[in-house]
Amino acid sequence: MTELRIGQFALDGVTIGEGPPLLFLHGGDYVAQNRPFLERLGRRRRVIAPRHPGFGPSPRPDGFRTIHDLAYLYLDLLDQQDLREVVLVGSSFGGWIALELAIRSHARLGRLVLIDSLGVKFGGREERDITDIYALPEAELRRRTFFDPAPVVPDYTKLDDDAAAAVVNDRQATAFYGWRPYMHDPGLLQWLHRVRVPSLVLWGDHDGIVVPDYGRRLAAALPEARFEVIADAGHYPQIERPDAVAAAIDRFIGG
Amino acid sequence: MKVWHFSEMAYHPAWDRLGESYRVIVPSRLYDPKIGADLYHRYLDEWALCDALGINIMVNEHHATATCSDAVCTIPLAILARETKQVRLLALGMPLGNRTDPIRIAEEYAMIDVISRGRVEMGFVKGVPYEIAPANSSPTDLTERFWEAHDLILKALTTQDGPFNWEGRYFHYRQVNVWPRPYQQPHPPIWMPVGSPESAAMVADKGYVIAMLNTGYRRTPGILDAYRGRAGERGREPGPDRFAYMAMMGVGDTKEEGYRRADQICDYVRTSGIVAPQFTNPPGFAAFAANVAALKAGASGRPARIQTRDGRPFAPRTATIEEFIDAGLAFAGTPDMVFRQIKDFHDYVGGFSHLLIMGQGGHISHQDTVANLTLFSREVLPRLAELSPAAERAEAVTA
Repeated sequence: MTELRIGQFALDGVTIGEGPPLLFLHGGDYVAQNRPFLERLGRRRRVIAPRHPGFGPSPRPDGFRTIHDLAYLYLDLLDQQDLREVVLVGSSFGGWIALELAIRSHARLGRLVLIDSLGVKFGGREERDITDIYALPEAELRRRTFFDPAPVVPDYTKLDDDAAAAVVNDRQATAFYGWRPYMHDPGLLQWLHRVRVPSLVLWGDHDGIVVPDYGRRLAAALPEARFEVIADAGHYPQIERPDAVAAAIDRFIGG
Repeated sequence: MKVWHFSEMAYHPAWDRLGESYRVIVPSRLYDPKIGADLYHRYLDEWALCDALGINIMVNEHHATATCSDAVCTIPLAILARETKQVRLLALGMPLGNRTDPIRIAEEYAMIDVISRGRVEMGFVKGVPYEIAPANSSPTDLTERFWEAHDLILKALTTQDGPFNWEGRYFHYRQVNVWPRPYQQPHPPIWMPVGSPESAAMVADKGYVIAMLNTGYRRTPGILDAYRGRAGERGREPGPDRFAYMAMMGVGDTKEEGYRRADQICDYVRTSGIVAPQFTNPPGFAAFAANVAALKAGASGRPARIQTRDGRPFAPRTATIEEFIDAGLAFAGTPDMVFRQIKDFHDYVGGFSHLLIMGQGGHISHQDTVANLTLFSREVLPRLAELSPAAERAEAVTA
């Protein structure tokens, strides 16, 4: 566990490996389950994977009100660490932060990777682009989140207090930023043209939270994006298929 | 002792078609407006009758549910402000954190207070967790929003040299100037329902009336102790007029008749909690520690909060009327039995001046409801004056 400092904020999280920088922004749940994927990425580069402030073990910073605050915080991180040509990878809610960051400034970005990202509203007012996860029974939510929930979903009864508290706080913080408008920023779509950095949009073929067509529309709305499907994966393909997702990212960065 | 009659205005004709959720996801095609109109008028008639019976009136609101067809608490309150002349009018209440416009709340309460010539009591409630989805209000900062709305409403009701400016965290107005100002000065009394010692202490800071529902023998004393304790720290000695207790109420000429009426009314508690589990604990609604415990327990949703008198979990869906009485959730039987049960409970918890009775609920008929309220008014209400407001807590002797 490495502590990162950004101004007044101390961020929990991990830094793995050496080499060119990759910043990973996690989603709203199953944060600990990203570890094997991050290890895999860390073989060839320095992976910086902070826990968003207000998630995991940390309380929400007083003045933080919208996802824009998280985007500015990570822009500060890039500045303060003087990171350049960063590969920015965002999963789900973290993909939304990555987009908010990239429309503000891509000066320090080399590549953008979005994995089953949230954040954009494409459909009309009566279309539900993003599944209402708060209106689903737990079993149905897990079925829509994963290709196969069984190997991924932890036995929560076996977590220690700190780990359980971190999960509860992750979910609470996600709801805080994503409750209304629901998991998107109505203004984001019109500024996506500002993401002038080569982008890869990856999607689990079985994602039942945001379906692959949403990902295709997202890729089409970005200036330089290509879209790839990850087979036999749901909303968090990097958790269910870490090797396939890491390989896709390697190909993208290499090519 | 002031007594208040409460009904949820249930739309019970749909109950047997609802399956495993009576709330949030029940389509309104199950509601027949012609039957609904008859029910509205019937429930309003029962409240209007209370004016002659000396029983005050309590209304509430819920949303997207067949358990309560009162979606706007100030609507029946406004009707009854004109239909009644004597009794007081309590809305318990107004879900401050789920309403988008606190100024509108101040205006509604102020208008009804003036029309009723000063008979309004203002309930401010956080609301149950399954009200979050219909309102789409964020559960993660509901408490902060609630208190900002509270502060704004009070300032709006008491400011007589408006307009004033309000640029808060949640609400923004540049010209707040509520007309009319309330009939009662500086503002109508304020009530808040509480279910835990922690929330009771918070309300004690303000000195408002707390109302307890389904807290029974087991949880009521701790809540009252917390209120008295915090008030004491603030140098105040709260009288029993700060405390209200709610129970199902069935009175009859015979024990069997009283039990039958109360048993039907207890269907309110039996159906009230039938909610699809994903709506029972939205993230951030319950206390953080409670959610951590729930996750580790492998449970989704909130743990059962109602307990029997000896501390076991109370199963509202299957509990008998005898169990409701034993837990202190219902008072039922002949007038003598009901008085005895109220007195025992009142003395056990240390006294309260407001008894909120659910005199209607579930499938109980209009005729039975009228008989229930009338018999209570004639045979029980006068005797409640005997209850000493300063009664010491004593071991209750169940009748």
